[in-house]
Amino acid sequence: MTAAVDMEQTQATPAGAEIVSEDRPWQTVVWNDPVNLMSYVTYVFQKLFGYSRDKATKLMLDVHHEGKAIVSSGSKEKVEADVAKLHAAGLWATMEHTS
Amino acid sequence: MKPWKRKGDKVYADIDRQEAAVLRGLVSQIDDMLRARIEEAPQDELAELTGIRTGPSTSPDDPILSRLLPDFHRLDDDNPSKADLDSAAVLRSLHEPTLLDLKTGVAGVVMETCPMYGGGIRLSLEQAEAWLSALNDVRLALGTAIEVTEDMPDELPEDDPRSPHLAVYHWLTWVQESMVQALTAE
Repeated sequence: MTAAVDMEQTQATPAGAEIVSEDRPWQTVVWNDPVNLMSYVTYVFQKLFGYSRDKATKLMLDVHHEGKAIVSSGSKEKVEADVAKLHAAGLWATMEHTS
Repeated sequence: MKPWKRKGDKVYADIDRQEAAVLRGLVSQIDDMLRARIEEAPQDELAELTGIRTGPSTSPDDPILSRLLPDFHRLDDDNPSKADLDSAAVLRSLHEPTLLDLKTGVAGVVMETCPMYGGGIRLSLEQAEAWLSALNDVRLALGTAIEVTEDMPDELPEDDPRSPHLAVYHWLTWVQESMVQALTAE
């Protein structure tokens, strides 16, 4: 049952899909580093952003394989707060303008 | 130490005397480094008047502290823009005091709940969250110090000075991984 709900959520908000909108001018980037555990990074994405396990896992794998992933976007204030939370969790996060 | 177990809203494990000493030693070292950084924060009358604390505007020189307290923008290009440099300075001085409070806070939870001479550890979910963050900070610090890479072997040659530290690092990795598993178990 949990898995089915996760699938639905993943389809409704595919990772990164929200960044194209003009009212989301900033994005949060998480960078790969050799220390953070894959399981922990997934856990943090779920915990901080309320993402489904599937979405969190996909973002974690993007960080791992691509070297980075955009994990959230929005106003400067929102993204700034997201980066601060990720720093508290020990992830290497930065913010940038959406391109 | 055996894997963490979760029962309802409690997370627990036993830790032996030597493990407790190693963990507490590392956590308190990180705590000392963070507190030294707090002491460096600029003191000004405006901050005292308004109660709004401002931290330093530049990244710590120490690579461990710098990893624990990252910049808000990527500044490691050859030529970061002035806008990014200025913005990163503002964001750091704005957010670093809170980040330091959070990190010394989670270190404090470990020091309070990890028995000094080993024994049973019993944590609320909130305390377990604090442990996860503190374990991660210790691994970041140790990983930075011994320059861990993704393809780091399980063991280094015996004559490598990092060898004993790598063993501790791998143990901490196991402790953290086990805790994530316990917290996410269905």
